[in-house]
Amino acid sequence: MARPQQWADADVLEFVTLKAGGQSYCIEITQIREIRRWSPVTALPQAESAVLGVMNLRGAVIPIVDLSDRLGLGKCDASPRHVIMVVAVGDKTVGLLVDSVSEILTVSGEQICDAPAMGRGDVPNSILGLISIEEGMSRILAPSVLLPSVLREVA
Amino acid sequence: MSRDDLKATFFAECEDLLEQLSEGSQEMIAGNADDETVNAIFRAVHSIKGAAGAFGLENLVTFAHCFETVLDRVRSGDLVPDTDALHTILRSGDMLADLVELAQADSKEIPEAMPAILDKLNELSGTEPHDTADDDVSIDMDMDAGFFGFQPIILDPIGEDEAPEPTDESGFRIRLAASSDLFRNGHDPVLLFSELAALGRVETRCDMSGLPAGDEFDPERCYLNWDITLRGPMTEAAVRDVFMFLEDLCEIEPIEEPDTTGFASAEDQEPVATVLEDLPFEDSAPVAARPAPRTAPPPEPAPAAIDLALGAGTRSAALDSAAAEPADRPKGAKAPPPVPQTTLRVDPERVDRLINTVGELIINQAVIAQKLLEMGLATNSDIMSDLDDYQYLARELQEGVMAIRAQPVKPLFQRMQRIVREAADVLGKEVALVAEGEGTEIDKTLVERLAEPLTHMIRNAVDHGIETPEKRIAAGKPALGTIRLSAAHRSGDVLIEIADDGAGLNRKRILEIAVSKGLVPGDAKLTEPEIDNLLFMAGFSTAEKVTNLSGRGVGMDVVKTAITSLGGKVTISSRPGEGTLFSISLPLTLAVMDGMVIHAAGQTLVAPLSSVLETIRPRPQDVVPYGREGRLLSIRGTYVPIVHLGNLLGFTCGDEISSDNILILIRSERSGHVALAVDEISDQRQVVVKSLEGNYGAIEGISAATILGDGRIALIIDTDAILTLAGDLGRDMALIEETQHGKTAAMG
Repeated sequence: MARPQQWADADVLEFVTLKAGGQSYCIEITQIREIRRWSPVTALPQAESAVLGVMNLRGAVIPIVDLSDRLGLGKCDASPRHVIMVVAVGDKTVGLLVDSVSEILTVSGEQICDAPAMGRGDVPNSILGLISIEEGMSRILAPSVLLPSVLREVA
Repeated sequence: MSRDDLKATFFAECEDLLEQLSEGSQEMIAGNADDETVNAIFRAVHSIKGAAGAFGLENLVTFAHCFETVLDRVRSGDLVPDTDALHTILRSGDMLADLVELAQADSKEIPEAMPAILDKLNELSGTEPHDTADDDVSIDMDMDAGFFGFQPIILDPIGEDEAPEPTDESGFRIRLAASSDLFRNGHDPVLLFSELAALGRVETRCDMSGLPAGDEFDPERCYLNWDITLRGPMTEAAVRDVFMFLEDLCEIEPIEEPDTTGFASAEDQEPVATVLEDLPFEDSAPVAARPAPRTAPPPEPAPAAIDLALGAGTRSAALDSAAAEPADRPKGAKAPPPVPQTTLRVDPERVDRLINTVGELIINQAVIAQKLLEMGLATNSDIMSDLDDYQYLARELQEGVMAIRAQPVKPLFQRMQRIVREAADVLGKEVALVAEGEGTEIDKTLVERLAEPLTHMIRNAVDHGIETPEKRIAAGKPALGTIRLSAAHRSGDVLIEIADDGAGLNRKRILEIAVSKGLVPGDAKLTEPEIDNLLFMAGFSTAEKVTNLSGRGVGMDVVKTAITSLGGKVTISSRPGEGTLFSISLPLTLAVMDGMVIHAAGQTLVAPLSSVLETIRPRPQDVVPYGREGRLLSIRGTYVPIVHLGNLLGFTCGDEISSDNILILIRSERSGHVALAVDEISDQRQVVVKSLEGNYGAIEGISAATILGDGRIALIIDTDAILTLAGDLGRDMALIEETQHGKTAAMG
C-alpha cells in the first residue's frame, strides 16, 4: 500500500491517539495545544449539530466540535469523563470533544499506510492515512475535518 | 534600525508634520496666524523635505522645496499672502500630503494637479520654474563649498556676550570621517557644526582628498572628511551627544594640552583653509551655511540651511532647538519653537494585548467574587472588602489601558477640512467647515473606521446640503455656507454632529424618488422623520446626475451600515431652508460595553444596553394574540410585536409566549420597536467584547461573545440583526397602526 504523499519514509512522526465514537483516531502532536476536561459549553444558534457551542479558553472563544458526530458515528453524550482536545488548524483554534485520549505514537513515515478509497461522505476526505497499532489501527485525521463546516472553506 | 524602519518612522513623523501644517494653514486662513505659525508651517515643510531627500523621494523634495520657498518669503515678510495665495498654500499642503501618501505607496506617480500648483508656487516665490528634482539643496550647497574651498570658520558660541570667557582651554579634537551615506541618512555637517558652536569655539578643516574626478562624482555622496577642534568648558558627553547618530563615523579625543597650532599634521592636504577669526554669527549667519557661492544657486533661504533637517526619522529635541536657535536669531525672532509634546509610539498590537489581558483580569475578579459569595462569606468580611479593592483597582487599570487607545478626533476633523475644500472647489460653492470639540477622545479603531462614513457625509453636506452662492443670497443667507462638525461626550457615548445651514431636505423630492425606485408603495403615507430616514435605505441616491463627489451609487445606507457596525446610531433631522443635522452617537470603545444579562431558553445572553428601551413584566391582558402564533404587546396605546428570543435564535422551537415572560423593548432604527420575550433578567454589567469570528464565524443575530463571572461564555445579541431575523415586523406594525387593519403577518 502506497504511503500518503505528505510524509517521507524517513520522517519520524508523533501522533496522539484518541477514541471517538468507539474508534481509534490520531492527530499529529504538533497540532495539539492542550487537553482539558469537558465543561459545559455555550450553545450557538444556527449551528450544525456537530458544533456543540463555544467555550472560554483563557479569554479566547473557541468552538467545540463533537468529533464522533462530525465523523458520522453518532452524537456523543458529553459527560465530565469526556475530554476536550484543543487543536490548532491553520490560524484557528478548535476544541474536539472525544471519548478519551490514549497514547503518543512515534512512527516513521514508512509505517503510515494510505487510506483505502472507499465509502461515502466525509470518510475519504477525513482520513489521511492509517497506522497499525496493537489493538488494530488508528486513523490519521485530516485537519480540515476538525473545523466547524462554516470554517472549512477558509482552512 | 534598518532602512525600512527608518522609512516607517519617517512616514509616521510626516503624519504629525502634515497635521501641524494643516493646523497652521487653517490658522492662517482664519487670520489668527502669528510669526510662530508661519515658522511652524515652514519647519514642517522643511523637515519633510529634508527627510524626503534622505530617502531619495524626488517628487516630494521638488514640491516641498518650492512650497518652502514661498513660505520663507511669507515668513520674512517679503510676501504678504492675499486670499489667493492663502488658497495656494492650503492646496499645497494637501498636495504635499498626497505626495507623502504616494511615496508611502512607493509610487513615483505625479499627481495631476501638481504642475498647476507648482506654477502657482513659483509665481508666488517669484522665481523661474527650475528643476530641482535631482539636487537636494543642502547637498548642492555643500558641494559649492567643496569647490570653492571650504572655509574653516570659528563659530563663536551663541550668546557670547553674556557668557563668561572660556576659562578652560581644554577641548576636543574630532575627526569626522563622513561615510558616503551621510547625506542619504539625512545628516548635514553644517548642522553638526552649528550645534558644536553652541558648546564652544569651533575650528573646522575640511579634507577633500576623497573627492573623485569628473564622471565618478555622485552628487548624493559625501566625499569630505572634517577635522574639528572644539575648545571651551564642555563635557565629553555633551560632545558625544552631538554626534549621537554618527558615532561610528567620528573619533573624539580630548586635547591634553593647549594646541594652538591647530591641524599642523594635515600638511599633506591642499592648504585651502583660512581661519576666519571673529566672525560674529549674528552678522552673517549665512556664511556658515553658504560660503560665498559663485553662481547663484536656487534661492535657498539661508536660515533653512541651518534649520532643522529631519534626521531621517531620528530627530532629537536637542538637534531641533540647537538648529532652530541660530536660524531665528538673525531675524530677531524671540523664542525657540515650543518643545513638541512628547509622545510614545507603540505598536497597537501591544496595547490590544494589554487590553485583552486586563479584560481577563476583570473577568477573573468577577469569577473570584462569585465563588466567594457562593461559599457563603459575609459581604462585610475582610476578604470581601479586599475584593472590593481588587475590583476597584482592576477597573482603574482598565480605564487607564483604554485611555491609551483613545485619540482625539482632531486629525480626523482636519481631514474633513480638506474634503470640504475640495468638494466646494469642484462644485463652485463657498463653504466653511467649523470644527468643534476636536479634543474629544475616542477609541483609535473608531477614529479610523469613522473616516469613510464621515467623509461621505461631509461631501453630501457640501453637495446636497449647501446651496450655490446665488441661491443662498436669494434666500437671504450669506454666500458662505457653513458646516459645523462637532464632537462631544454624552453620557458614555460620543456624539458627532454634522450640521449644515443649507436648504434642508427636500422631502417631496425624497418621497418621489423613493416611490419611483419602488422603495415605498406609491400610496404610502409617511411621517416627516420616516421620509428623512428613507435616505438611509439601500439603493437610494438623490443625486440627479452622478457627480464626482457624492452620488456614486453608494449612499447614506453605506454610512449607516458603517456606523451601525461600530455599535453606533445615526439620526437625521432637517428644517426646510435652515439646514440638516446628522447626529452620530458611538460607544466610547468597542472593547467594552454595557450589557443586560438575560436568560432565554436555558441560555445566558447579553443584550446591549444601548438598544434596550425598557423592560416590562406584562399583565396577562397586555399580551394579545395576533394571527395564529403571533403576539402583540399592548403598551401605552400602541401595539408592539413580541418576538420569542429562544425560538428566534433556534434554541427552542415553537415555545409559546406567555405573560410569564419578561419583555425587553428594543428599539429599531428603521421604525417601530420590538419586544423580546425572555425568561429572566439577571444582571446589568460591563462586558468585555470577544469576537466570535476569530475561531468560528459570523452568526446571524449574534454580534459577539463575552465571558461572564462564572467563566462561561455568553453571546451578545445583535439587536438590529434580530429585527431583520424577525422579519420586517416593525414596519408591518407601523402600517397596521395606521390602517388598524388586521392582516396576517409572519410572526414565527
